[in-house]
Amino acid sequence: MSIKKTSLNNLHIKYGAKLVEFAGYQMPIQYKDGIIQEHKYTRSHSGIFDVSHMGQLFISGGDNLTNDLEKIFPADLKKLKTNQSKYSFLMNNKGGIQDDLIITKTSDGFLIILNAACKYNDYEVIKAKLDNQYKLNLDESLSLIALQGPEAKNVLNKVIPGCNSLKFMNGNNYVYNNKKVYITRSGYTGEDGFEISIKHSDAETFVESLIENGSKLIGLGARDTLRMEAGLCLYGNDLDNDTSPIEANLKWAIPKSRIETEFVGSEVLKNQFQSGVKKLRVGIKPDSKVIARGNTKIYNDKNQEIGKVTSGTFGPSVEHPIAMGYVDNSYSTVNTKIFLEVRGKKIPANICNLPFYKKNYVKGEINV
Amino acid sequence: MSEVKYSKEHEWIKLNGEEATIGITKHATEMLGDIVFAELPEKGSNVDKDGTAGVVESTKAASDVYTPVSGEVIDTNQMIVDDPSKINEDPEESAWFFKLKIKDKSEMDSLMSKEEYEKFAKETSA
Repeated sequence: MSIKKTSLNNLHIKYGAKLVEFAGYQMPIQYKDGIIQEHKYTRSHSGIFDVSHMGQLFISGGDNLTNDLEKIFPADLKKLKTNQSKYSFLMNNKGGIQDDLIITKTSDGFLIILNAACKYNDYEVIKAKLDNQYKLNLDESLSLIALQGPEAKNVLNKVIPGCNSLKFMNGNNYVYNNKKVYITRSGYTGEDGFEISIKHSDAETFVESLIENGSKLIGLGARDTLRMEAGLCLYGNDLDNDTSPIEANLKWAIPKSRIETEFVGSEVLKNQFQSGVKKLRVGIKPDSKVIARGNTKIYNDKNQEIGKVTSGTFGPSVEHPIAMGYVDNSYSTVNTKIFLEVRGKKIPANICNLPFYKKNYVKGEINV
Repeated sequence: MSEVKYSKEHEWIKLNGEEATIGITKHATEMLGDIVFAELPEKGSNVDKDGTAGVVESTKAASDVYTPVSGEVIDTNQMIVDDPSKINEDPEESAWFFKLKIKDKSEMDSLMSKEEYEKFAKETSA
């Protein structure tokens, strides 16, 4: 299979991107400034992320669609207002997460944003579960661009007037270059921001106009450090087929109104709500400067293995190594002393609250 | 005059009498990106040619640092442990990694000259 390129590929090259393969696409890992500067620019001003590799699945047709989707997703879709978004999951029968996603109610159905590596499989799974009764369109004629950071609202409003009135986790239709664009106020960095769904043919000029207004292109490297500081999960690292939303500490995304109802995986989740879970996702702060990356083994003070790290890096804004991972639930309390095995040595660390970097509406606050 | 040579693992080595100063090349720092962590060998320990003698980590990944020659570690650069970003700023001068009392000067013979290394770096990163 040949590697795919997004509509912004020429722009990535123009701005000096280091390109890597990610989920079958050629994507920028970083530009000339490097990951730390890109990370900090997103937190202090605004960053542009090409996320066109992600899936944009439109589902429409039929009065029973909301009901049928509620049999798949544990979200309260009946209460969702048009243009409102919710974070949810596609699960298997064991309650394991097949993908984490954002569902938005549109005027004629739903839009689901899927992870790049999962999107084709998700499409087949959802289509089969809906018994082919509805119109599903995994639209590959659209680019997806995220603009994140405290200045995002001002920059975007200059290019597409009116969008700064959107509320968090809400979307709407706007016009760019006489064509419809769909914008939601959401993101994956812990900052205020937007995701813009736009025709491929308009993506490059749109991004250039964001750059003219002060934003900078940011690569996947900084996207990863930003989301880790914000305590957000990366599918494939922190979430997988063997991990439930409860174990992932994402209970908040399962509304109470849905716990007693039926959806894929509901039996397992109901049981976990009642009896608790054996493992739990936690934040981890190493005492020293040592970085514990994914798959680092976690031990207790009796040298017994109690879990493993699923994501870890150096947090450029918190200026300290950060990690998250799964531990035996009896060690999940904040401030529990744990040990991380890095290059044969046991590095002391503490269980800590997530996120590492906490955003308030005026300015950022550091939480390490 | 002291002699500077280069290894295929992207270390540089400057020999001054018996004392060898070792660090990583500018080319290596460019490949690694922003360096956020450095670990050095212990003073007084012995390291063997091509063996691991430290670690550098960027925001992306960890990489081993190898020693191009054998010897006893006589000094390490605390500055780069305290502020690893110095390695990106000045890799081939002030941000050296460790100093060895070289065991066998003939181990220098298999290493590359500046010109040879530049050619090697260009070919391997293409």
